[in-house]
Amino acid sequence: MEKILTHTGIGVPLRQSNVDTDQIIPAVYLKRITRTGFEDALFAGWRRDENFILNQAPYNKGSVLVAGPDFGTGSSREHAVWALKDYGFKAVISARFADIFRGNSGKQGLVAAEVAQGDIELIWKELENNPGTTVSVDLESRTVQCGSISAPFQIDDYTRWRLMEGLDDIGLTLQQEDAITAYEAKRPEFKPKTLPAQTAG
Amino acid sequence: MSAMQSPQTLAEKVWNAHVVSPGEGEGEARKPDLIYIDLHLLHEVTSPQAFEGLRLAGRQLRRPDLTIATEDHNTPTLEIDKPIADLTSRTQINTLRDNCKEFGVRLHSLGDKEQGIVHVVGPQLGLTQPGMTVVCGDSHTSTHGAFGALAFGIGTSEVEHVMATQSLSLKPFKTMAINVEGTLKPGVTSKDIILAVIAKIGTGGGQGYVLEYRGSAIRSLSMDARMTICNMSIEAGARAGMIAPDEITFEYVKGRPHAPKGEDWDAAVADWKNLHSDEGATFDAEVFLNADELEPFVTWGTNPGQGVSLSQNVPSPEDYQDENDRKACERALNYMGLTGGTPMKDIRVDTVFLGSCTNSRMEDLRAAAAVIKGKTKDPNVRMIVVPGSARVRLEAEAEGLDQVFKDFGAEWRFAGCSMCLGMNPDQLEEGERCASTSNRNFEGRQGKGGRTHLVSPLVAAATAVRGTLSSPSDLAASPVAV
Repeated sequence: MEKILTHTGIGVPLRQSNVDTDQIIPAVYLKRITRTGFEDALFAGWRRDENFILNQAPYNKGSVLVAGPDFGTGSSREHAVWALKDYGFKAVISARFADIFRGNSGKQGLVAAEVAQGDIELIWKELENNPGTTVSVDLESRTVQCGSISAPFQIDDYTRWRLMEGLDDIGLTLQQEDAITAYEAKRPEFKPKTLPAQTAG
Repeated sequence: MSAMQSPQTLAEKVWNAHVVSPGEGEGEARKPDLIYIDLHLLHEVTSPQAFEGLRLAGRQLRRPDLTIATEDHNTPTLEIDKPIADLTSRTQINTLRDNCKEFGVRLHSLGDKEQGIVHVVGPQLGLTQPGMTVVCGDSHTSTHGAFGALAFGIGTSEVEHVMATQSLSLKPFKTMAINVEGTLKPGVTSKDIILAVIAKIGTGGGQGYVLEYRGSAIRSLSMDARMTICNMSIEAGARAGMIAPDEITFEYVKGRPHAPKGEDWDAAVADWKNLHSDEGATFDAEVFLNADELEPFVTWGTNPGQGVSLSQNVPSPEDYQDENDRKACERALNYMGLTGGTPMKDIRVDTVFLGSCTNSRMEDLRAAAAVIKGKTKDPNVRMIVVPGSARVRLEAEAEGLDQVFKDFGAEWRFAGCSMCLGMNPDQLEEGERCASTSNRNFEGRQGKGGRTHLVSPLVAAATAVRGTLSSPSDLAASPVAV
């Protein structure tokens, strides 16, 4: 994973709450077996509407999405994060993220920055009044900057550290392989195994 | 562990029993615990990129014997003996088959007697048991919490992580008690409980929490009904939902293909009997609901929190103080083609869908069949009945339920996720309105432009008779079976 310390790019105001992952990427695009190439699928339903924010310049060149609360609810599909990244987004700002979406973002190097709704309202106004204004997301100081607005954001320490170091999760865990093996030796006998397969006949 | 340990919640007990190594540090700076995973469920949609990741890194699947796969999201529910018509769907299914073969994973393919929706298959085989940790690249993994398991959905990166390490790095969840006391009225089901819970706490209310459903109304529910409740925990934003196991749970598990046997059974039950929140255990949050007051509950909008009792009216934007809420209501009404103030019971539907990992088990099919038996379907409504698994389909046919549905004029399909999500041929047309026993009423969820009302199987059945959103009590002289 690439290291991220700070990112600055055009902010995209998405004045909507409860943006679920079915909106971020409709299920019909989940049939692919690759991990990249989902840029066309991002908000595919909404992009059919020419007034949708990503169909307007300069927002179509945006890389920081500023959304309403409860972003990324619903389905666990990591494709939602892949689609945002493939389109060019490096960070999403919201007052509240769904847990699975936030986890998926951290694994894929997309910054999910939790900013108070009051500050988001100010950033929305700034981005709407001055299209093309950039938003900076700085992991070191945990602040977002937009025009004259500066606001703190929350992100858990562990995710922040991994993003800033660009660490691979599986590699980290495999350093503890002995502990996993030791745990396995102590698991109760009655715990089920899928193999050999038993069926009701 | 000392006998004087402080009281723990159910979720904490299961968590603590699975810590491979605790995270270093204190307070906010504490790193995640490494948690062991007892069962990993796979399906075709969220696994291909994870298998590919393993291959590219030259890593092994650590525990094929704790892993099982089935085909459900993409699969058609008609003509399942023919090759899948949609090429990308077919490729995804074939990719799963190739991957399972290469990595030695047990797979129940389309046409197999154990194939079905992943969250129906696990419990049915007896692979889901109390006190386990269960994960799957699917948010409705919360279903398995009905057994007192800690079960939650994960993204594809985490799927790959579990494949390689049989563990996950996680920060402990907070706990929320959902207390439901009292007795449900006839015609009110566990689906109505969970829809009412979501409307009460909101789609973000459960974020960061494991919900534990407790109280007399929960304890009286069957396993099928408990699975319906836990299934939709994610719609309240919660990662997982749990119910303490009891005799009803043990009775369900006993004798299933992968249930412990002989001495193992006794050891298991002795262990499972400790799986409840201790007297004096503290939850981070608590919610109370009176079961006596609940009525059939249905959604009017485009997220599962936008619901009301069936006897109420569609809300109006003016009902909301907050500007963002008002806009959300306006937008939802516009998408749904509804006007504020319309009685819910006046809403006419085109389609009724009985199925999905929420409501496709035997009890759901029996309840719906009892409502429609001997009645005539509204001629303008199409009804699709999709059993959750091939096994459920066989059982239902052995009881003659298929005939009840067919006589009524409903379509009796093969098992799969079907119309719950627009990934297979079963989809709504643009503007089509559906009373659906599934779990999500998001824009376009059941097909581009489709409009979804989430309902219980009883409401689905009564709606198919009348053509408008209805409960069994709206049907003249109809004895209600549940």
